[in-house]
Amino acid sequence: MNTILSIASAFYRFLQRQMTKMWWKVLAVIFIIYTLIAGFLMGVPDKFILNETIRNLYFHVPMWMAMLSVFVMSVFYSIKYLGSGQEKDDLAAVECVNTGLLFYTLGLITGMMWAKYTWGAYWSGDPKQNSAAIAFLLYCAYLVLRNSIDEEQKRAKISAIYNIFAFPIMIVLIFVLPRMTDSLHPGSGGNPAFGKYDLDGRMRAVFYPAMLGWSFLAVWIATIRYRIRLIEHKNNSL
Amino acid sequence: MKRLLAFILLTLNCAAVFAQAADRPEMADTFRSSGKIYVVVAVVVIIFVGLAIYLFSIDRRLRKIEKDK
Repeated sequence: MNTILSIASAFYRFLQRQMTKMWWKVLAVIFIIYTLIAGFLMGVPDKFILNETIRNLYFHVPMWMAMLSVFVMSVFYSIKYLGSGQEKDDLAAVECVNTGLLFYTLGLITGMMWAKYTWGAYWSGDPKQNSAAIAFLLYCAYLVLRNSIDEEQKRAKISAIYNIFAFPIMIVLIFVLPRMTDSLHPGSGGNPAFGKYDLDGRMRAVFYPAMLGWSFLAVWIATIRYRIRLIEHKNNSL
Repeated sequence: MKRLLAFILLTLNCAAVFAQAADRPEMADTFRSSGKIYVVVAVVVIIFVGLAIYLFSIDRRLRKIEKDK
């Protein structure tokens, strides 16, 4: 238990230190520019129905990865808040969720766009789509719950607890339940997503940098929002 | 160097076109071999670079404000 705590607090200090640093932001931009170029120009496997839309893998899936990264950070800061009781950890958690919802929306919309041309409809009531919509509402409820409580400490504590519980439910809804039933979405009904069979070396070379790049970008936007929020908070409490 | 690169690219693209048999999934090989796809890539990259520069400038302004505090 103690080692976990010490690792967590070392990670926390690391995040705080790197927040205003440049290197990972530059890295994010380089990765994304690389995927934009290579994602359009490099060869992809030939597949029926998917055709060229297989390239969406480089742009649609990283939205979810970016969302996941900031949501994980949000849970981390929520737990941290419950331990420390510091207001700024609560603000970090909520701004991570705000940024995550942006990428959530982008992921849903790009998924609908892709679905239109491969599954035949923007929304076909697929398990993956439905549970993604439910999990979206789950996080909207987080913001509503948060904004409905006036007292600051109570708000921070209740929303931190809600956030910690919302995260695993979101994971189960989006990444576990659709895989246990038949779904049109890759990775469902026992078939691995663009895994062993589809994702060849050429695609991996673009896909993984894309995941990393967009995750860093999401974290970057979250830190900017957090720093603005911190200044606003200081101004308000004066 | 530029000519060599263009030559190599064009040959590769031709190979892609010839490799296309009738019963294979329809891919945008001819679209890419026409060369115009680079324009789209350039536009997308310009947009993203613009957004990135914008983000960097927001970051810098924020740092300045934080220092004044």
